[in-house]
Amino acid sequence: MQVPAPFEYERATSVDHAIGLLDRLGETARLVAGGHSLLPMMKLRLANFDYLIDINDLHGELGYISVEPTQIRIGAMTRHRELLESQVLADTFPIFGDAERVIADPVVRNRGTLGGSLCQADPSEDLSAVCTTLGASCLIRGTGGERVVTMEDFHRGPYETAVGDAEMLIEVRFPVRPHGSSAYEKVERRAGDWAVVSAGAAVWLDAGVISDARVGLAAVGPNTTGLPAISEALRGHAPSEELYARAGAIAAQTCRPATDSRGSEEYKRHLADELTRRALRRSVARIVADDPGA
Amino acid sequence: MTAVADGPVTAFEDNDLKPVGFGRMLRKEDPRLIRGRGRFVDDVQLNGMLHLAILRAPMAHARIVSIDTSAASAHPKVKLVVTGAMLAEQGMAWMPTLSNDVQAVLATDKVRFQGQEVAFVVAEDRYSARDALELIDVEYEMLAPVIDARTALDPSAPVIRDDLEGKTDNHCFDWQTGDAAATEAVFASADVVVSQDIVYPRVHPAPMETCGAVADYDAVEGKLTLWSTSQAPHAHRTLYAIVAGLPEHKIRVISPDIGGGFGNKVPIYPGYVHAIVGSLLTGKPVKWMEDRSENLTSTGFARDYIMRGEIAATKDGKILAIRTHVLADHGAFNGTATPVKFPAGFFGVFTGSYDIKAAFAKMTAVYTNKAPGGVAYACSFRITEAVYLVERIVDCLAQELAMDPVELRIKNFIRPEQFPYTSKTGWTYDSGNYERTLREALRIAGYDELRKEQVERRARGELMGIGVACFTEAVGAGPRKDMDILGLGMADGCELRIHPTGKAVVRLSVQSQGQGHETTFAQIVAEEIGIPPADIEVVHGDTDQTPFGLGTYGSRSTPVSGAAAALVARKVRDKARLIASGMLEVSVADLEWVKGSFHVKGDPTKSVTIADIAFRAYGAGDLPEGLEGGLEAQICYNPENLTYPNGAYICVVDVDPGTAQVTVRRFIAVDDCGTRINPMIIEGQVHGGLTDGVGMALMEIIAFDEMGNCLGGSLMDYLIPTALEVPDWETGFTVTPSPHHPIGAKGIGESATVGSPPAIVNAVIDALKPYGVRHADMPLTPSRVWDAMQGHPTPPI
Repeated sequence: MQVPAPFEYERATSVDHAIGLLDRLGETARLVAGGHSLLPMMKLRLANFDYLIDINDLHGELGYISVEPTQIRIGAMTRHRELLESQVLADTFPIFGDAERVIADPVVRNRGTLGGSLCQADPSEDLSAVCTTLGASCLIRGTGGERVVTMEDFHRGPYETAVGDAEMLIEVRFPVRPHGSSAYEKVERRAGDWAVVSAGAAVWLDAGVISDARVGLAAVGPNTTGLPAISEALRGHAPSEELYARAGAIAAQTCRPATDSRGSEEYKRHLADELTRRALRRSVARIVADDPGA
Repeated sequence: MTAVADGPVTAFEDNDLKPVGFGRMLRKEDPRLIRGRGRFVDDVQLNGMLHLAILRAPMAHARIVSIDTSAASAHPKVKLVVTGAMLAEQGMAWMPTLSNDVQAVLATDKVRFQGQEVAFVVAEDRYSARDALELIDVEYEMLAPVIDARTALDPSAPVIRDDLEGKTDNHCFDWQTGDAAATEAVFASADVVVSQDIVYPRVHPAPMETCGAVADYDAVEGKLTLWSTSQAPHAHRTLYAIVAGLPEHKIRVISPDIGGGFGNKVPIYPGYVHAIVGSLLTGKPVKWMEDRSENLTSTGFARDYIMRGEIAATKDGKILAIRTHVLADHGAFNGTATPVKFPAGFFGVFTGSYDIKAAFAKMTAVYTNKAPGGVAYACSFRITEAVYLVERIVDCLAQELAMDPVELRIKNFIRPEQFPYTSKTGWTYDSGNYERTLREALRIAGYDELRKEQVERRARGELMGIGVACFTEAVGAGPRKDMDILGLGMADGCELRIHPTGKAVVRLSVQSQGQGHETTFAQIVAEEIGIPPADIEVVHGDTDQTPFGLGTYGSRSTPVSGAAAALVARKVRDKARLIASGMLEVSVADLEWVKGSFHVKGDPTKSVTIADIAFRAYGAGDLPEGLEGGLEAQICYNPENLTYPNGAYICVVDVDPGTAQVTVRRFIAVDDCGTRINPMIIEGQVHGGLTDGVGMALMEIIAFDEMGNCLGGSLMDYLIPTALEVPDWETGFTVTPSPHHPIGAKGIGESATVGSPPAIVNAVIDALKPYGVRHADMPLTPSRVWDAMQGHPTPPI
């Protein structure tokens, strides 16, 4: 058994209580939600904090999937399993189900949270790529009030986010538009492993033409990467294999992978191409299946 | 799950009582293990017990300039801090390995691999011990490391083992077998010669339970009790007696329930010695349990062979000779657990299942700045490497000759009438019918249909591969004339006592790490004595409770200790027969044995059961003249030869042409382990080994960066397959009993680990045929398969 260095522990009873504790304890304190990334790092003594503030009791306050006409709001403490089992997400954003089925294992999914995943800011993290793909924005609350930042601004680098010392991610918001669908493709060395490369895609059709499309990649750069150049290349065109190939080529060219034990840079670029094509193809097939007139 | 039935699996509930002897039966140990009532080393809690943690080297090669332990010693909960210098004063800084090398108990001069033991702390609790490690200040002077075995013998390479007197290079040993000249002559005149570089990368057994020990020295009695994660408690006790100078009868080694071994728990690790020293110095019980990272980075690894295989054949596919040159990486200390005369283990069986004219192998072993060890992981003493080499090179030959790999193998098998068969490297294969076994695998697989399906899929651009591997193992080490470990003959004892009421206790010298000994050995005795397995208690793993023997590894439990159990039971039955003749008042010759009782020939109503006989043996009634009371016996079994289990495995894979991901779709394993004692346990062993094989073939590797940092130090980095990576295993069997084993059993523990990696790799290479790939090294991760598809397969190290 690997044992962490000594730390003090307190359970927050409300969001305001948690933020108050963060404000008082400063950067030596850390929130723990699901804990499946944080606790192993502490046991390996790669991360040492004087204080842990447990926010699992805030699941009642922050564990929700709320549907509104133009957006879906998901509370930061919503667990992976709740995302996987949500019918409204399956209907609106099938990318969630695709991704959640390949995130870690059931034990982790029972415990891990959306907010924890985003705040860990691991460049290989799947939900971050999903949020990037869907153009999500993040509601952050601190002692000075609330602010909303886009996914592009949320991630500042590997393991770094826009959330400040006395702040907390509260909610993630996803814009909803008609005639769209989405998909997620991941290559991993083994079930439950971090991605070698993943690609998410979201596509919206209007009378057989792509009105908008977004692609997000994981594990090919310092953060999950949204690719606006692909959106530009796809908009206004009818879906086709040639179009997907063009998008894949852009993905391969613009991503910034590094060789590591999961794979070579060359292979990861190839996967960025291949998985981008697959995710786009599947997204479009889903739109057509659900909505043959789109 | 497709199971080839050799008996119903439905009657488990009453199977404990009938039939008596061999057959499917639920494991006697499982109620305890499944309900969380097993007792493992880390479950041992003793009054006043202290906890030990080890400070390990953060780099691969460095000189120790100074160690300051004052801050750690001042920690309020720390009882003891020990460094190599302190052990050196007692002459205990170094200990022998199982390969006649020495290994540092704590580093004194240099650290030689990342993770090497530098100091240890004993404290009141596990957390404090770990915290105190961070208070020890070690000053290191960095040295250049030797990481690539290929450069270890360069004149410019830094000398790792300057502790050895006169050592000026990193040479560990040379070894060769076979006839170099005869082999060269065959190669020179052969129609076809194929050669291939093949790497079997370093992997780790990674048992679920890591290694650990609780040492409890009683200064009044002068007795040391050591609970430890050991596959060989008796051998360990003898070595402790020799190293620590404690009298052997004052040492008790207990291996309680063990959470997986796979060879990882054969060596004596410095941590065990630390716990003993800690208890001697504090007078308290001391517990050491390594964490996962320590297990992966510092304990016995496996493989790490860089091989060149060469095969010579006629153009119509008769294999003439096989030759290989191996560069073996043994890490910083030669910690290999292997019989003394076999520094390369049983690699000499690299000629496989084939009848050939000549063979030769030459091996150079080197030291590198990596963790020591080198035999672990269910490998039957390096047969894993040997089988992988021959089964890959035979497939390379099949490709060269454009022959079906099945046809090529059948053409070259040792034929049934050739047994006992002495190979060109001097191994006497006891028995087998290789073609029958392979044909059974082909039948289950539907091989011809699979080949047809492959043609159709290829036409559609799909990548489907079919891989075949046939293996022969040599297990059950071993005959004492040939085999010993540090002078200890590789025999095993067994004691059997029938209690007055006809229940029994059998005491073994081997130690289960999950193999189901408590069931298998009860069944062996039940078969011979005729009482139900449920009435037989199996005692093992405690040197004060069991006879001497060398323990469980190399699939030796059933071949050696199983033979001992059968023979000791026959000895008891012989005595029972004498008592029965007295009880029935007939001569011994007039008695007939029917499982569990003797009766008078021609009159089954006149009979006595084993329970009747036992009660008489301990009772007040008369016994035949000259016969002692009691009903018990003991034996020490020295095998006359190894046993040679074999099998034929077929693997079907699909490779995604776009992502290069490999999916194992089907796997057919037909094993011939001779007589089958409990088919359910055999299948369990096979399932586990096949899963291991998928891990090694597709994902497992202990890799290092150029500075010698281990890149596989956690289970996030060192991948082990899950249920999602393996298919429903399809198992089958043939039975060719071993002619020299008392019950004809051959051992099954490692067969699947040996046989599955080449089957899987052969299948992947077959799938990649449209890309012209002849070989790609394990692990076949998507990235590495993609490299092969691009025409540049790369070795993993």
